[in-house]
Amino acid sequence: MPAPPALRYTPLHSVHRSLGARMVDFGGWDMPVQYSGIIDEHKAVRNAVGMFDVSHMGEIEIRGREAAKLTDTVTTNAVHKLKLGQAHYSGLLYEHGGFVDDILVHKVADDHYFLCVNASNQDKDFEHIVAQNHFDAIVENTGERYAQIAIQGPKARATLQKLTPVDLSGIQYYWFADGEVSGTPARIAHTGYTGEDGFEIYVPPADAERMWKLVMDAGAEFGIKPCGLGARNTLRLEAKMALYGHEIDASISPLEADLEWIVKLDKGEFVGRDALLKQKQNGLRRRLIGFEMRGRGIGRDGYEVFLNGAAAGWVTSGGPAPTLNKNIGLCYLPAQQSVPGTSIQIMIRNQPVDAVTVETPFYKRAK
Amino acid sequence: MYPDNFRYTKEHEWVLADGDAGTIGITDHAQQELGDIVYVDLPKVGTRIEAGKSLGSVESVKAVSDIYAPVNGEITEINESLADAPEKLNTDPHGAAWLVKIRLSNPEEIQHLMSAADYLSYVGAEK
Repeated sequence: MPAPPALRYTPLHSVHRSLGARMVDFGGWDMPVQYSGIIDEHKAVRNAVGMFDVSHMGEIEIRGREAAKLTDTVTTNAVHKLKLGQAHYSGLLYEHGGFVDDILVHKVADDHYFLCVNASNQDKDFEHIVAQNHFDAIVENTGERYAQIAIQGPKARATLQKLTPVDLSGIQYYWFADGEVSGTPARIAHTGYTGEDGFEIYVPPADAERMWKLVMDAGAEFGIKPCGLGARNTLRLEAKMALYGHEIDASISPLEADLEWIVKLDKGEFVGRDALLKQKQNGLRRRLIGFEMRGRGIGRDGYEVFLNGAAAGWVTSGGPAPTLNKNIGLCYLPAQQSVPGTSIQIMIRNQPVDAVTVETPFYKRAK
Repeated sequence: MYPDNFRYTKEHEWVLADGDAGTIGITDHAQQELGDIVYVDLPKVGTRIEAGKSLGSVESVKAVSDIYAPVNGEITEINESLADAPEKLNTDPHGAAWLVKIRLSNPEEIQHLMSAADYLSYVGAEK
């Protein structure tokens, strides 16, 4: 038997250890799941500012004369409409319309697109894109060139602004700027996965520890907290942001996942377009919807959902919502019944517990 | 940290017995491992419990964990206050946040469980 592959470490691994973080194997990476506690960290992000090491995320870069064409061919959103310095959320699909991955696409130059992808999908994504590269373009798997730190919360801008000459108030949501953070070259993106205002910075791995400490010091006056994957998950669930392997995977299309807004069917050919057109013509079989528990209990990932006494779907993500003091979740239901206000039951340890479908997102920040 | 008059299980429950009257809870080590506890599911009074079998569950933000009965017996009381304040399990697992009271079928059974010193070295070795 070959030995299992060793867990991968981010450049901030020793920092997490010294902070006493609880570590978990996350897609082959040894990552912090929590430091002070998931609820404490969650509230720090909603009320002040939190910092996450997300260096496990992958990066793929597409360069060349036809970089835009290749990127438009492999993704669902309209790449040709991106302006320099703009980013968008998008899907990488198989021909059959299921997700290879969900990604962020940043337009760095007319001939340079920077993709942020899920850690455990990076190699698969890279191969998928290379296989579609019939263009004058070069695809590079550049994950090891970047550490990524997310600074999120209402005080994220005030924290990061202390460290950079770039005017952060001039970067609109889902835009980015290439500049410096304390003398280190950094890509500063006004993006996030928490439903809160915030930034994600891409820096050289060798500078990651110095960046982490600088941000901690800069955020001290606001009560900044290091945050782990546990809080990242409760935050993104409240904001109804999809997590690969839960809401989306190779068997789920963006139409089913309530992500039609990232699909631009009128932009021309792209991988998966025909399958999505067919789905639209024939009607969807199932569709993602949010729910709130009404009975006592927590509907969790993988639990069965019953409708009128019969199994009808499954929970993709579920748990307590610390900001809302409710137990919430997302589930797939037959498309016709996947509307807010439907009474459902979640099977919790072989007992049906009442829940009701609701409008999402569960949490929306005040602007 | 771990009271000497409690007995402990490998699954991180404790039991305090006085004759055939017992109290069951989870250990401080268990609450630390679980993190923020948000829900507790306990059986009804009168339920018979069987040593080594699940008698209910404790849920943290991230996960569900079974509570295993340390001994055989019958539930005589449940800690109702945990329904509205499960987070007490994070702050006082050996005291106010006890889970259930039971009548032991055989009070001798607690002799098979770990002493505080044995439990301490057990959780030390687990790390």
